[in-house]
Amino acid sequence: MQTMMDTLSSYGWDLLNKTGEHLYISIAAIVLGVLVAVPLGILLTRIPSKAADRFISFVGILQTVPSLAILAFLMPFLGVGVVPAIIALFIYSVLPILRNTYTGVMEVNTSLKEAGKGMGMSTFEIIRKVELPLALPVIMSGIRFATVYLIGWATLAAFIGGGGLGDLIFDGLNLYKPELIVLGTVPATILALIANGLLSLLEKGLTPKALRKTV
Amino acid sequence: MLEFKDVTKQFEGNDYPSVHKLNLKVERGEFVVFIGPSGCGKTTTMKMINRLIEPSSGEILVDGVNVLKQNAVQLRRSIGYVIQQIGLMPHMTVGENISLVGSLLKWNKEKQQERAKELISLVDLPEEYLTRYPHELSGGQQQRIGVLRALAVNPPLILMDEPFGALDPITRDSLQEEFKKLQREMDKTIVFVTHDMDEAIKLADKIVIMNKGEIVQAGTPDDILRHPANEFVEDFIGKDRLLESRPEVTRVEQIMNPNPITIEEESSLKEAIQKMHAKRVDSLLVVDESGILKGYVDIEMIDSNYKKKNQVYEVMDTAKYAVDKNSLLRDTMYRMLRRGSSYVPVVAENNKLAGIVTRATLADMVYNTIWGDETTEGSAIE
Repeated sequence: MQTMMDTLSSYGWDLLNKTGEHLYISIAAIVLGVLVAVPLGILLTRIPSKAADRFISFVGILQTVPSLAILAFLMPFLGVGVVPAIIALFIYSVLPILRNTYTGVMEVNTSLKEAGKGMGMSTFEIIRKVELPLALPVIMSGIRFATVYLIGWATLAAFIGGGGLGDLIFDGLNLYKPELIVLGTVPATILALIANGLLSLLEKGLTPKALRKTV
Repeated sequence: MLEFKDVTKQFEGNDYPSVHKLNLKVERGEFVVFIGPSGCGKTTTMKMINRLIEPSSGEILVDGVNVLKQNAVQLRRSIGYVIQQIGLMPHMTVGENISLVGSLLKWNKEKQQERAKELISLVDLPEEYLTRYPHELSGGQQQRIGVLRALAVNPPLILMDEPFGALDPITRDSLQEEFKKLQREMDKTIVFVTHDMDEAIKLADKIVIMNKGEIVQAGTPDDILRHPANEFVEDFIGKDRLLESRPEVTRVEQIMNPNPITIEEESSLKEAIQKMHAKRVDSLLVVDESGILKGYVDIEMIDSNYKKKNQVYEVMDTAKYAVDKNSLLRDTMYRMLRRGSSYVPVVAENNKLAGIVTRATLADMVYNTIWGDETTEGSAIE
């Protein structure tokens, strides 16, 4: 316990810094993921479902490639540092968001889409006023799922010089200092839990009032 | 108003066209009902009007303009649309749902709200409902809102795809009546799809019977019931209905007694009794000086109040149960028999008394149906 406190006092600033970096990498990757996967998911609902299913399975296969391997693969192209770390994590955020966007939008009652179309909504208006609001709870849970995972995986960013809490863990491994490993791991877990809680709240807040009771 | 010229729709992969060289003209203010067995092309025909389905060949003209030459989105905003599944947006309030097309047309908020209030009063729902969500309403109320949504920007033409099909019979009945009244008042052109012949007869000015993508017969309900074009139409209408076709299409106005015995509400009870005595009746309809129906008074009410009250309006029953003179006799008959009343007053616009239908009137009509109109005069003495 004493060693733990000592480490904490000597690494205090570092810990804060690393946590900041960690958050930055994770959030950047998630934002990128949302920007790409949500429009892509909506696009998939507009093509024949067979092709869309194939595309999603393909992305699913991509997801099974070990994260360490992806990092290693990207190194020759993107070098080391924060950017390749963000890009590698972004790749992992795409699938859950994409899949949930696709499912969420597909599950919107077809009679509502027809009513919207028959009433004179353009395709864009149907997406913005009907499909997105109604699919939002499902999309948000995809984003939440991706965020929690990404915060855990972001520790690997240290491997290619991306920084973050992974630095502390790797230092701990190299210097045989288990307390450093703990110092890196615990905040990462706490971050993930906090992110999960905040996003759950956001999910509830964004769910249309009328749908809250039924969901 | 609306014209089909050689319209054909051939879906890919089907051997036969769903709609084949269809020609039809619909006048402004007309209520046209497309009816036929499922797969006859009635829904396809309707959906080609607002281009939810694109015709393969031919022309559809709305007010003389080919719909295919218009922007599909703009076109749909100018045509009302009601579907069977109702399709209210669950995440929008009732008011927002009604104003949906208005918001697409970028109406300002006040104009949208004003219009929503105006509309909801038409169907006798309280204004508070505007801030509720669709799931808080009953099915019948939801479809009322569905109809209002189609009326919101006051389109001259409204398409309705089996709008009352999913409702229970009692709700359906009252919505049909309400809607027919609304349509007459607002002078809309309606294209209505159904597979329910009762509904078609009740609502239509013109019924279009379709089978296998073609029109088998088009005409007024009366025409079709009296002169079915062929065996298919006869089968479709049903033999029973052909037999009882008279009450099906006769309107109350045609058979009512236009001179009911009335008394003004300011008259004294003494005058009322004298009138009953002179006319040999036991009740009188009470009207005001301009002929608006106020209620009725019968001998029992007068008898039990004769000592205490002086004037008719003090003792009369103000229950204004009456039927519209344009409603179908079939429905009136049913209601009279169900209520067990011996007569029902008939009113025109604004509750103005127009006549009365008594059980004797109904007896006359059944008599005429059996022995024909011509003999009425001669044999009435028997």
